Amino acid sequence: MSININDVHKIARLARLAITEQEAQAAEAQLTTIFKLIEQMQAVDTTGIQPMSYAQDATQRLREDRVNEIDQRELFQTLAPQVERNLYLVPPAIE
Amino acid sequence: MPNQSPLHFSLRQLSSALHTKKISSVELTQMYLERIAVHNSTLNVYITTNAEMSLAQARHADARLAKNNSHALPVISNLTGIPIAQKDIFCAKDWRTTCGSKMLENFIAPYDAHVIQQFNEAGAVNLGKTNMDEFAMGSSNETSYFGAVKNPWNHDVVPGGSSGGSAAAVAARLCAAATGTDTGGSIRQPAALCGISGIKPTYGVVSRYGMIAFASSLDQAGPMARSAEDLALMLNTMAGFDERDSTSLQRPPENYLRDIDAKQSSSSQPLSGLRIGLPQEFFADGLSDDVAQAVAAAIVEYQKLGATVVNISLPNSKLSIPVYYVIAPAEASSNLSRFDGVRYGYRAKEYSDLTDMYQKSRAQGFGAEVKRRIMIGTYVLSHGYYDAYYVQAQKIRRLIAQDFDHAFKQCDVIMGPTTPSTAFKLGEKGDDPVQMYLSDIYTIAVNLAGLPGMSIPAGFGKNKLPIGLQIIGNYFSEAQMLNVAHCYQQATDWHVRIPPNIINDRGL
Repeated sequence: MSININDVHKIARLARLAITEQEAQAAEAQLTTIFKLIEQMQAVDTTGIQPMSYAQDATQRLREDRVNEIDQRELFQTLAPQVERNLYLVPPAIE
Repeated sequence: MPNQSPLHFSLRQLSSALHTKKISSVELTQMYLERIAVHNSTLNVYITTNAEMSLAQARHADARLAKNNSHALPVISNLTGIPIAQKDIFCAKDWRTTCGSKMLENFIAPYDAHVIQQFNEAGAVNLGKTNMDEFAMGSSNETSYFGAVKNPWNHDVVPGGSSGGSAAAVAARLCAAATGTDTGGSIRQPAALCGISGIKPTYGVVSRYGMIAFASSLDQAGPMARSAEDLALMLNTMAGFDERDSTSLQRPPENYLRDIDAKQSSSSQPLSGLRIGLPQEFFADGLSDDVAQAVAAAIVEYQKLGATVVNISLPNSKLSIPVYYVIAPAEASSNLSRFDGVRYGYRAKEYSDLTDMYQKSRAQGFGAEVKRRIMIGTYVLSHGYYDAYYVQAQKIRRLIAQDFDHAFKQCDVIMGPTTPSTAFKLGEKGDDPVQMYLSDIYTIAVNLAGLPGMSIPAGFGKNKLPIGLQIIGNYFSEAQMLNVAHCYQQATDWHVRIPPNIINDRGL
């Protein structure tokens, strides 16, 4: 299994990371080495083994569906790069 | 008389000195702030200090001590007036909280993490936010946007990571104790390389609320300090159920000092009956001679204390690195998708449209290692690869956890090295991510299984650099592990050694 330059560009697009051609080439080489390490997993027979997603197979607690947050919009919006009339501003997504 | 300096006091001694008014919290906080002013430009352990905010907390603590109100707090978690360094991964209200990233360079946390809230309730003083690998992704502190931390024992070597700032701050006596987080070894490895003690509790014991997420099924916070006894006091403050973390465990509160305080008869063999498991895989190729010798000597010391030794095997532990480098990046790619330049954090200066804004903000705001892990994670979760990588990794994760289940039928605790070697040189592994990943070979399996693990100082290797002994316990055995570590520290003095040139002639 090796990763080619097209894979790198596809992954970068999925991850929403702008990447230059030079960075993509470096990433191709590094990811190939890293996946060589990861490939060790393929030799293991895991037939019949249940995947483990949490320690001690803990499940996430459910809570009652009730409002427990107070409105802190003003405080939170002081952290935003761009706000107008209480709205977060982004470039137009639809023409 | 250098030994009279509060720099050498245990947390209990400090607490007693504060309660009997031998020293005030303001004096203590000032003393640490002055030390930080002298040493931080060299060591780079703190990203942010804020004397005004720290001293305000100290004055508040002194007022509380004057009224003796703090006696209302349980003695076992009484940190009133004690200056603690907080890893910059914990949101602390009104404090800049960067997670070591340009992405959060100007982020002022609008709320407290549960851990911070617990320290505030205990009356502790927040001394500042410590340096760390960016988003906790690294083993050397070199991925921090704010520059690498220097190891106080030797400025040419790394302090370890990701909690390297906290480890170096404790070692250099730039705080009384500190917090860290451990996803694949980030408390234990820097503790080992800086010659201090650190414990990663059982997954779910400390709330992750307000702790910036890296890999949610592995991340766990814990204390870093100069002794096992100090760790227990810190853990009493940090642990506890929190409904805002959906994986926080609902268990009755524990006193982690319990086993330490249960007065051992004056027996010279306080650990008689303790069975120590030595995994053959931890002593195989790849372990440097100086670390192997120090660990062997520590085991001999434990036998003198009454413990017996059992040879065990963790046959799947070698797979922990490939499994970790699938699961942790997968979870990270999901967790870090929230950094999009919209509601908070870095936004690129120039962009053409919304997608371009996301892509440029993330490309400019994240460093190379973070981007690398996001890409690995995105790939293993993508269509066509999910089963082959992510599900396969989760299946092997179960095999790794089962190895520990079997092992704990034969022994009470597992011991071995924390790291394959002493601290490596700054820049030594910078260009080779795989070499860096391999330095976590002994710590990662513990996170995958969700078990508690700790590291305590156990000697010095070549170049006079510290060596850590790792102690792994069964689920919820922290009190026992802390006592096992405490007994060793009663019999040895590795944990009280001080880096050179860090304390002046006046004991400060």
